Amino acid sequence: MHKGVTLQTEGAPSVDLTMCHAVLSKFNRATPSDLIPILQQIQDAYGYLPRNALEEITDRTRIPLSKIYGVITFYAQFSLEPRGKHTIKVCTGTACHIKGAPDIKKKITEVLQISEGETTQDFKFTYEPVACLGTCFLAPVMMIDDRYYGKLTVEKTETVLKSY
Amino acid sequence: MEKFKTPDDLHKFRKSLESKHRPDMVRIFICTTGCRALGAEEVCKAFRAEIEKQSLTDKIEIVDTGCQGLCARAPVLTIEPLGIFYGRVTETDVPEIISRTILKGEIIERLCYVEAGKRTPYLRDIPFYSKQKRIVLKNCGNIDPKNINEYIVRNGYAAISKALSSLTPNSVVNEIKNSGLRGRGGAGFPTGNKWEFVKNARGNIKYLICNGDEGDPGAFMDRAVLEGDPHSVIEGMLIGAYAIGSRKGVIYVRAEYPIAVEHLKIAIEQAKSLGLLGENILGSNFSFDLEIKMGAGAFVCGEETALIASIEGKRGMPRPRPPFPATSGLWGKPTNINNVETLANVPIIILNGFEWYKSIGTESSKGTKIFALAGNVKNTGLVEVPMGTTLREIVFDIGGGIPGRKKFKAAQMGGPSGGCVPAQHLDLPIDYETVKEVGAIMGSGGLIVMDDSTSMVDIARYFMEFCQDESCGKCVPCRIGTKRMLDILTRITKGQGRKEDIGLLKELAEVTKTASLCGLGQTAANPVLSTIRYYLNEYEELINKKDSQTLSQQNPTPAQS
Repeated sequence: MHKGVTLQTEGAPSVDLTMCHAVLSKFNRATPSDLIPILQQIQDAYGYLPRNALEEITDRTRIPLSKIYGVITFYAQFSLEPRGKHTIKVCTGTACHIKGAPDIKKKITEVLQISEGETTQDFKFTYEPVACLGTCFLAPVMMIDDRYYGKLTVEKTETVLKSY
Repeated sequence: MEKFKTPDDLHKFRKSLESKHRPDMVRIFICTTGCRALGAEEVCKAFRAEIEKQSLTDKIEIVDTGCQGLCARAPVLTIEPLGIFYGRVTETDVPEIISRTILKGEIIERLCYVEAGKRTPYLRDIPFYSKQKRIVLKNCGNIDPKNINEYIVRNGYAAISKALSSLTPNSVVNEIKNSGLRGRGGAGFPTGNKWEFVKNARGNIKYLICNGDEGDPGAFMDRAVLEGDPHSVIEGMLIGAYAIGSRKGVIYVRAEYPIAVEHLKIAIEQAKSLGLLGENILGSNFSFDLEIKMGAGAFVCGEETALIASIEGKRGMPRPRPPFPATSGLWGKPTNINNVETLANVPIIILNGFEWYKSIGTESSKGTKIFALAGNVKNTGLVEVPMGTTLREIVFDIGGGIPGRKKFKAAQMGGPSGGCVPAQHLDLPIDYETVKEVGAIMGSGGLIVMDDSTSMVDIARYFMEFCQDESCGKCVPCRIGTKRMLDILTRITKGQGRKEDIGLLKELAEVTKTASLCGLGQTAANPVLSTIRYYLNEYEELINKKDSQTLSQQNPTPAQS
């Protein structure tokens, strides 16, 4: 739950805010309970939560930036850093664990040279373990973007990664 | 389509749907939710193309369904009215299924369910199905969840119609109380009593929340119900809202369940267009509106006060109770929170009466329970059985036993809040109380089978790592207790354990259990305590081992299913 993220400084690169405004316009009279849906949609649009987009949310909703930061860092779904083109979610649920997920995780780190929560230097992959994908019958399983890869072996994992 | 203005409009609509039913039509039910991961959508596409090609559109219909239960054979399909069940179907099998099975009535052996060398083509003969009692899952896998008419024709929304036209809110509460229904999310609190508290709470505005934040690793029954039969949950919420006097509901769903969200959105839209949600439902004074909130990846949000904080747009941290949500919940108003499976039970009780429902189950636990069967077991999937069914029946009769030549070692029940049930308790009739007595909990119904290659200390460490990671950090006992227990377990698995470690673990476990603020911390130590209780020798062996061979090096190789 406590992610080791650093708050981007004010000098962080700005992004074009067109998509951010499009999201905010859907929340006409935004209330505090809209914060999480707003953040989800902005992350969907940009792949992460850019600093200047967060400032726009503050302007629009009057929720202080510090509060927004508190919410972002609490939930595993949100990222303050740009992410890779593809997200690899490796299931670490119980069924996957007893069927060899630890070996799959090791293989990914070996092939991509990144640890959990990191992004490859070429921004191709972001690698994150998830608690359970709820597809235990596929164990061990990983998801790359919206696609499931089930009944993995170490060899199959490597083949799948190299196919991207 | 016009909105229904009276219960009779709904009834007439159902009759008109029934009259359109064509018994001569062959219907192929294909799971396109869980099975999607193994190519079910491609199979559907291939079927539709082939049917078109052979001009069979007025003879064969393809129905996209939710989970049919036997996930181990995914992608699966059922052919009605033949009653044939095929598994591991691929696109290339499609022309043959049509030409041989549907047009000539022949069985394709290789696609049939096989157990002990015997092939079983008919669903009703497969022990996985014949030993279950599917009442909550009755529609799951048998209807297209994206089409409200399929729910209505199977007596859908008849329960809310009955409640609105012939029951007072009080009698609905009493019906649920008398049925003995208990919360299926884990704690097993009597649902009727919860409803009564909220009903009697002071205030004009009351909320009803459906907790679909199914976070326990190894549990996927709520996902299946939301994906495969979303209207049953909506109807359960309508009945609950009518009983407690709520006009506004929220369904909180995990972000990791995109198909569930998609199906719920469609279901809500369709229910609104028919006037089954919104103002003056079926012409009564009762109005109810519903919205979906998506979680953002935090296990602790399954705890009710944390869930409420999350809906309010805050960090999902629990708060001390009292006040309970029944008096002060969402936005400070009286709030009732029920789990997905609990709500899906409600329409069944209202339609069939509490006497009927009470006849299923054990003395203290009524009705059925859905288990998500996974791990080292042949038939992984979703299983619904009456309370009181033994573990042996679930794992061996329905689950088909352990693959390979391995032996059953334990069943982990209740996820990170639960415990391991060893082989000596295989004949225990499962209900809320008996499971607790042996050191596990019913929990949400995750049931992970472990064979004799599994290290129990590693399992305890695994769950502790999960709890430590998901601890929100608000209260000290949970934040630090889980961390210290994890440190100790890690060093034991690395072969660096100390003599005093087991005593220390027990002490930490007691403190964390007693002093933590919410269920996460209060139950985090259960996997440790239950593995110490039954597998102390494994701990001692690791501690006494003098060489520094680490456990990770002797980790079991992945079992094949």
